[in-house]
Amino acid sequence: MAEPERPQPLRDLDRRLKRLRAEEDGGARAAAERGRGLSLAVRIGAELVAALVVGVGIGLLLDSWLGTAPWLLVVFFVLGAAAGMLNVYRVMERMNRTVGDATGKRPEAERNGER
Amino acid sequence: MASAEHHGPLSQFEIKTLLPIHLGEADISFTNSSLMMVIALIGITLFLLLGARRRALVPGRWQSMVELSYEFIVGLLRDTVGPDGRRYFPFVFTLFMFVLFGNMLGMIPYSFTFTSHIVVTFALAAVVFVGVTILGFVKHGVRFFAFFVPPGISVALWPLMIPIEIISYLSRPISLSVRLFANMLAGHTLLKVFAGFVPVLGAAGVVPLAFVAALSGLELLIAFLQAYVFAILTCLYINDALHLH
Repeated sequence: MAEPERPQPLRDLDRRLKRLRAEEDGGARAAAERGRGLSLAVRIGAELVAALVVGVGIGLLLDSWLGTAPWLLVVFFVLGAAAGMLNVYRVMERMNRTVGDATGKRPEAERNGER
Repeated sequence: MASAEHHGPLSQFEIKTLLPIHLGEADISFTNSSLMMVIALIGITLFLLLGARRRALVPGRWQSMVELSYEFIVGLLRDTVGPDGRRYFPFVFTLFMFVLFGNMLGMIPYSFTFTSHIVVTFALAAVVFVGVTILGFVKHGVRFFAFFVPPGISVALWPLMIPIEIISYLSRPISLSVRLFANMLAGHTLLKVFAGFVPVLGAAGVVPLAFVAALSGLELLIAFLQAYVFAILTCLYINDALHLH
């Protein structure tokens, strides 16, 4: 900011440009964050369901092979649900890490707010 | 065009055979889905080749877009995989552009969205899954199985955690394909349902029309976002295969 050799109109222009750029950045970031939230919501649903589907699939398959219906289905249903939650946990963990990396300069409170 | 025949919100997803080809038992006919894929391929090729044709030092708009998409994927690989991720650029870039063009071409009225079919998205996801698994075995050999043993967990919990980890690993292609297909299917169905309200409501049809306009914008965003998610997850899986935990 402290550039005394610049003439008055140029400094004015500089200030106005900086303000406009900051505003533009804010708008773009808000839109990007909305989009990211949207994609995150769909991702989490898909992760949860996919692991459950795999668990149930394995359970049904093993049951029909070994003739142990319905016990392995029950076991693998629970394992699949656990795997789904593990998936969701990993997504959130990764999300926090990338948010922290990309915008490390931002205050802690704001970062926690967008989780 | 639409008024004469029956046109439900789901008829946009119908597969129509354009050129019947039968190879023994298998039906490998050329359909409208195949046509859109060919159009996407031609579109990508033209977009990249014509955009990079002038090789100006100060790029024009078109060349900027080409450079932007290149740098986007390079940055993605650098951030998620690291410096040795550059080797996988052609694969990730091809996937990203194919999915992106598939999604974007589907936004053109009366066209067909091939990414709204689970066969297509699951085939793409299966390629990623099998490729990444092979990559892991090539890089680490038998030690790749250590990927299924979570670090810092007592041996007593291994019988519980290893099946969970394996299920979690097997669920990757399903979540990857379902996400893309479900987004495209739901978005396009919603658009058609709201568009169906417009002629029915007469003058009040302006309200759903405005909604359709807003939804189209949202769909454009989702079309890009899902291509991005597909690419970034591929990068993350490559990273997992290269560096294990």
